[in-house]
Amino acid sequence: MLTYIARRILYSIPVLVVSSFICFTFVSLAGDPLGDLRANPRTTGGIITHLQHVYHLDRSIPVRYGYWLKDVFTHKFGVSLNTSQPIWPDITRAMGHTVQVILIAQLIALVLGVAVGIFSAIRQYSIFDYTFTTVSFLGYAMPTFWLALLLQILFVDIYLKWHVRIFYTSGLNTHGSATWSLDRLQHIALPVATLSIVSFALYSRFMRASMLDAINTDYVRTARAKGLPERVVIMRHVFRNALIPIVTVSALQFGFLLGGAVVTETIFTLDGMGYYFIQKLGQSDVYAIMGYLMVVAVSIVLFNLIADILYGFLDPRIRYD
Amino acid sequence: MTEPAPALVDGIPATASFDVTSAEGLELEARSQWSYARQRFLRHRLAMIGLFGLLVVFGAGAFAPWVAPYTFDQIDLLNVLHPPTMAAHHFFGTDEIGRDYLSRTIYGIRTSEQVGLAVAVIASLFGLFVGAVAGFYRGWIDNAIMRITDLVLTLPVLVTLLTVSALLAGSGGGGQWTITFILAGFFWTPIARVVRGVFLSLREKEYVEAARAVGAGDLRIMFRHMLPNTLGPVVVNGTLAVADAIITEAFLSFLGFGIKPPTPSIGSLVAGGQQFPQKWWLTVLPGLVLVVIVVCVNFVGDGLRDALDPQQRRVRA
Repeated sequence: MLTYIARRILYSIPVLVVSSFICFTFVSLAGDPLGDLRANPRTTGGIITHLQHVYHLDRSIPVRYGYWLKDVFTHKFGVSLNTSQPIWPDITRAMGHTVQVILIAQLIALVLGVAVGIFSAIRQYSIFDYTFTTVSFLGYAMPTFWLALLLQILFVDIYLKWHVRIFYTSGLNTHGSATWSLDRLQHIALPVATLSIVSFALYSRFMRASMLDAINTDYVRTARAKGLPERVVIMRHVFRNALIPIVTVSALQFGFLLGGAVVTETIFTLDGMGYYFIQKLGQSDVYAIMGYLMVVAVSIVLFNLIADILYGFLDPRIRYD
Repeated sequence: MTEPAPALVDGIPATASFDVTSAEGLELEARSQWSYARQRFLRHRLAMIGLFGLLVVFGAGAFAPWVAPYTFDQIDLLNVLHPPTMAAHHFFGTDEIGRDYLSRTIYGIRTSEQVGLAVAVIASLFGLFVGAVAGFYRGWIDNAIMRITDLVLTLPVLVTLLTVSALLAGSGGGGQWTITFILAGFFWTPIARVVRGVFLSLREKEYVEAARAVGAGDLRIMFRHMLPNTLGPVVVNGTLAVADAIITEAFLSFLGFGIKPPTPSIGSLVAGGQQFPQKWWLTVLPGLVLVVIVVCVNFVGDGLRDALDPQQRRVRA
């Protein structure tokens, strides 16, 4: 098992290096980080040349990549080209906010998705099943940005019509209120709702399918044949086996979402990873974007690995060596 | 002679006159895989609903200049930001400078469907070719191609898409074709993987050996004998890719990295509506069209999946 994990991690290193180099090239070519400065009439040519020299922007891209790689290990991703602020504190702050939102959203989606999936499968083709199949189908087809905007429109309208503030539609805290309070919950409720609806659609469909797979197996027929009560058959024999795929899917989803739900965070101006990325992309801030991309790539690789390990743990038939 | 009871051949009653020597009997036997598939597809109720929905929506987009009540940039200054109404024929309302929103949405569909269809076709053809070569020849070609697809799969797609389109199109967005090629560049990998998988198993089949024995060349074996057996998954994947591409294009345009403003696209319409949260129709209506398209494409995709599965001979009631 340990050798398997070690091998997977070792294998991911060249992938990360290659993909980081490709991304670095793309981002470097994509825009000019000093563009704003150039547009400013009060900037003299000397400043530009000086900055280009300090940030190695006058060197070729492979050389710049080398400098960046050095910064990654010696200065925790270095400093932002636009603000000269260190990148790492920004990323950890944004990551904290993203984790809050997706942790709550994933918990809600998992609990509801698994519960609905179980009942849909037990009562297949019932009204309950049809209702939730339709709901999850729609949830699956709905683009996230549209769903987020619908919620935003709804709660802006409620506020403007009746002057009741149920949920805030942007930001993380009202100015002056404590970080951890009802106020924070009111702020993150809508991003959480958006993400949970989208993930719920995915999980309930998955859970229903894997429950149905498990119900039709031979060992379930055996369990029923030996006279176990239906409750025990469902909970012990069907449910536990049906959980295996959902664990994998949710681990992958979690790793993917750690990169920030770019759209959701942008719409609700939530200071998380995705929002950070979109802002930095607009400024062509190469180092900041690369810092973000690396954190995302590592978290995806990590959660893929966790998914595989969990899979082997839950299903003893799978052996890694 | 007593007549035998009508037999069921693949769900279709073979008449009493079923006889190998009669023309009718032979006709029944000669039904191809494709005609079964067509029949299954045509009897798939949801797929037919989806197909109908797509014909309506895509038809409106394709014939936009004739269908839309106004052009997409025509300004009605007397009705700026007007909610949907029958009176002035602004069924979807008007935007902040008085352009008819239904017309803009229809022209947006036109852009989206062109992007979606082009991406699906380009990605399918390319993925088919690459996957076929990788699965057929194996060796270093296979390795190289699979590492490339690995790489594309490892990169967080949306993030990389944003970066690449910022590079190729500039931060203000790009032309329709730039976006199409960027999307196709990401969409071919799953198709290539599927085709490679099928080719890997097919190349060991006896009929491939037989074709080789009678002297068929590699290209003939690949495209004449093996390709038709991979078309099922490719068609299904390609259909679903249309919806994926349309959503992704909307997403890019929504964030301002997609198609440049004068051309309306559904994503940029929704994005434009975001500035006016109280004018609900600016966001809700184009988004609703998007949902309809995606639901319909998924219905058709599911129907095709059921119809093209060669294991399945059951004809849906």
